[in-house]
Amino acid sequence: MMDEICAHIADLVVNSISAGAKHIKVSIEKSNVKNELFVKVSDDGKGMDESTLKHVIDPFFSTKTGRKVGLGIPLLKGTAETCGGSFNIKSIQGKGTDIMASFQLSHPDLPPLGNVKDTILVLSISNPEVDFFFDIKNDIMSFTFNTKEIKTLLDGLPINSPEVIKFLKNYLDEHLDFFN
Amino acid sequence: MKLEDLKKIREKAAKDIELRQKNARIKIVVGMGTSGIAAGAREVLKALLDEIAARNLTDVMVTQTGEKGLASHEPMIEVHEEGKDVVIYGNIDAEKARRIVAEHIVNHNPVTEYVIEVK
Repeated sequence: MMDEICAHIADLVVNSISAGAKHIKVSIEKSNVKNELFVKVSDDGKGMDESTLKHVIDPFFSTKTGRKVGLGIPLLKGTAETCGGSFNIKSIQGKGTDIMASFQLSHPDLPPLGNVKDTILVLSISNPEVDFFFDIKNDIMSFTFNTKEIKTLLDGLPINSPEVIKFLKNYLDEHLDFFN
Repeated sequence: MKLEDLKKIREKAAKDIELRQKNARIKIVVGMGTSGIAAGAREVLKALLDEIAARNLTDVMVTQTGEKGLASHEPMIEVHEEGKDVVIYGNIDAEKARRIVAEHIVNHNPVTEYVIEVK
């Protein structure tokens, strides 16, 4: 199913957008020292009440029908727990949702990370109305990508213009070379 | 390579910004629900963005949407063109997406073999 960590990240971001988020922060930290891969997605969407939250984590928890909640989150939780890591979700109604997952980097069942560069590019460009902040780190380097800053520099030129896509692709290639 | 360089791109494009925003001729919507992502929607979206950049298609906008309710046909893309029916393609991969850009978006011939619905 979700055979890459980046697929999970994209899935969480799509959830955030469905929840009306306008600002989304994505952190990915890969530490050989700590033997850990850590992923966090925070948004300022509408958040969830307690019962919805339980339902999201365990889709068979509630008997209420009509809730549109997929299996993405239980799958991520399952993967994190299988891989010697942990999963945590915090949500406040009207404020937003934070989802964190960690994995043992050396765990044999850890799915491949996937292409971080493409994931950042695809999410940033196909959701021009959302401000993204990506924070990518390993033990020696870190990189941040802030689409609000980019949109300010573009001053009205859409982020999904061909020349901007081309530029950002090259920019990410150059600056994220250290990570994948 | 610095982000500041975007200013140069902005200046170069300054003349036709307004024109472009008015004239987004075609909108391509990619279904990015959980099943779409699992089935490869990101690769499809990336291929579309690459083609649009490489062909300099300034009048095409790509956006994404959530689950489309037709999980067995994911990844799906919709092509919205002013004054025409919406064409929905199913079971798309990166290669098919490139073909749709070349044949449908550029040459106005929908790739009928991938079409699952017209509305």
